[in-house]
Amino acid sequence: MRNAFADELTTLAGSDERVVLLSGDIGNRLFDKFKSVDNNRFYNCGIAEANMMGVAAGMALSGLRPFVYTIAPFATTRCFEQIRVDVCYHKAPVVIVGTGSGLSYAELGPTHHSLEDLAIMRTLPGMNVYAPCDTIELRLIMREVMQSNSPAYIRIGKKGEPDIHSAPPKLKLGKAIVVRPGEQVTLLTVGNMVAESLKAAEYLAQQGVEAEVVSFHTVKPLDQVYLSQAMERFSLLVTVEEHSRVGGFGSAVAEWFMAEGRMAPLMSFGTEDEFMHEVGHQAYARKRYGLAAQNLSEKIMSRLGCS
Amino acid sequence: MTELTTTAAQLRARIIANSHKSATPHLGSCLSCVDILTALYFSVLRINPEQPDDPLRDRCILSKGHGAPALFQVLAERGYYPHELMDNYGEDGGVFAEHPPTPEHLPGIEAATGSLGHGLPIGLGMALAGRVNQHVYNVYVVLGDGECNEGSVWESAMMASSQGASNLYVIVDFNKWQATGRSQDVLSLDPLVDKWRAFGWNAVETDGHDIAALLEVLNQFPSKNGKPTAIIAHTIKGKGVSFMEDDNNWHYRIPTVDEVEQAKRELGVAE
Repeated sequence: MRNAFADELTTLAGSDERVVLLSGDIGNRLFDKFKSVDNNRFYNCGIAEANMMGVAAGMALSGLRPFVYTIAPFATTRCFEQIRVDVCYHKAPVVIVGTGSGLSYAELGPTHHSLEDLAIMRTLPGMNVYAPCDTIELRLIMREVMQSNSPAYIRIGKKGEPDIHSAPPKLKLGKAIVVRPGEQVTLLTVGNMVAESLKAAEYLAQQGVEAEVVSFHTVKPLDQVYLSQAMERFSLLVTVEEHSRVGGFGSAVAEWFMAEGRMAPLMSFGTEDEFMHEVGHQAYARKRYGLAAQNLSEKIMSRLGCS
Repeated sequence: MTELTTTAAQLRARIIANSHKSATPHLGSCLSCVDILTALYFSVLRINPEQPDDPLRDRCILSKGHGAPALFQVLAERGYYPHELMDNYGEDGGVFAEHPPTPEHLPGIEAATGSLGHGLPIGLGMALAGRVNQHVYNVYVVLGDGECNEGSVWESAMMASSQGASNLYVIVDFNKWQATGRSQDVLSLDPLVDKWRAFGWNAVETDGHDIAALLEVLNQFPSKNGKPTAIIAHTIKGKGVSFMEDDNNWHYRIPTVDEVEQAKRELGVAE
């Protein structure tokens, strides 16, 4: 995903002179092509994220369109106040891109896990939050945010994620995309859990349950139309995210129903309220948190009373 | 010069009267930066209050946002809005309170500050944007000495130096106090001038209450050596009023009617 980000940003920079890239001393060689477009629009801001975010805000207030790129926790929790005050309070159109999100860097330990970013980013007034499921959605979201004038956070994985869409879908910010139609249960998924959820839907189908799978590439603002209709159409709405269940996408969905004064039958999957102390790669970590396709399908079957 | 000194005295009187009327604190911090703001807004900055969004304007950020009561008076006097706009200062639903609002809500403001350590990174971003946009302007950021506790100030100082942001200026309002004690005691700040030099900046000291001296220093730049510039302006908290000077109680105290009158007499301001 990070290669697609670098490539798409290079294209955007070629056609829009306002695009600048700020990196927190990562992405060695990743941005060589971007630099060849215009080296004056690339800034290695060093390992100093608070300053980097303030600099981006100052640039945005001077008419530029900065993209800030670093590892997800350092792009969000490390410099949260700068995002809150410098970016959001000023409505500065800064696009923050957090790479290695969720458990992508599981083996690097909890300092590099990013299981709180969706939660804290979506609390900020005016901040839009995106979690594309593949490189195709990522590219489309990047083009769309350039058309909007709002602060944005885009949560991406690392590299080698499977493509979900065989062809570019019609993507509109804030409008969820159905990637597999179904009838009984709907899996509302974000980012890198769409692939796992599609696998879970296969398992469910083998047991006679037709699950819909939806890519909620926009976590904020939520697609209220889909949620409202889903409540009528399905007997169970399941949220799936590689993120803490505290305050994440599942919480956002539940909050929406609560604010509406009605409650759909909901079930959420996410990581537990703890740091992961043992070593492990992403697949191991997912299993540990019950986020592997097999875990998802078993729990859903049980919830539906079909176990 | 006499004219600017008179302007500064009038501004001080208004700031003090407003503190009483609206119960707004931070008087000591406001009075220490009045001469710096006067030198900038009435002589140095290339600005036109009728075109606050002019992309070629110089930018000034009061990073020590609790000095906003001083900045609000300066901007009114400079013509960004009529003084009467501040009649509802501190009242519910208004825009004037203890810290600068966003530019969208008050012309002349470049950045909303209040949480310390934010103004310099934003100012650096504006300075670098000038380079990308090929616009020639200067960016001035007024920092408090207590504010130099914040790590983001020094992150920014390093990047400004590595980027050769010669159109960026810091003026430290060095009044030797922060909220609860001497700034040297709270987090050892000295040697402040050497610190900025060690971070790759031009650094000069001056008397922050001598407007002529401030202007002399400010007019020496932009530098030819490609470095950003820090001016360490020695100031006195509560400057201009005998019973407020160097008394840190005036970080929070609100003056009484009698104190406002006495201050005006000392400042030689009749209004």
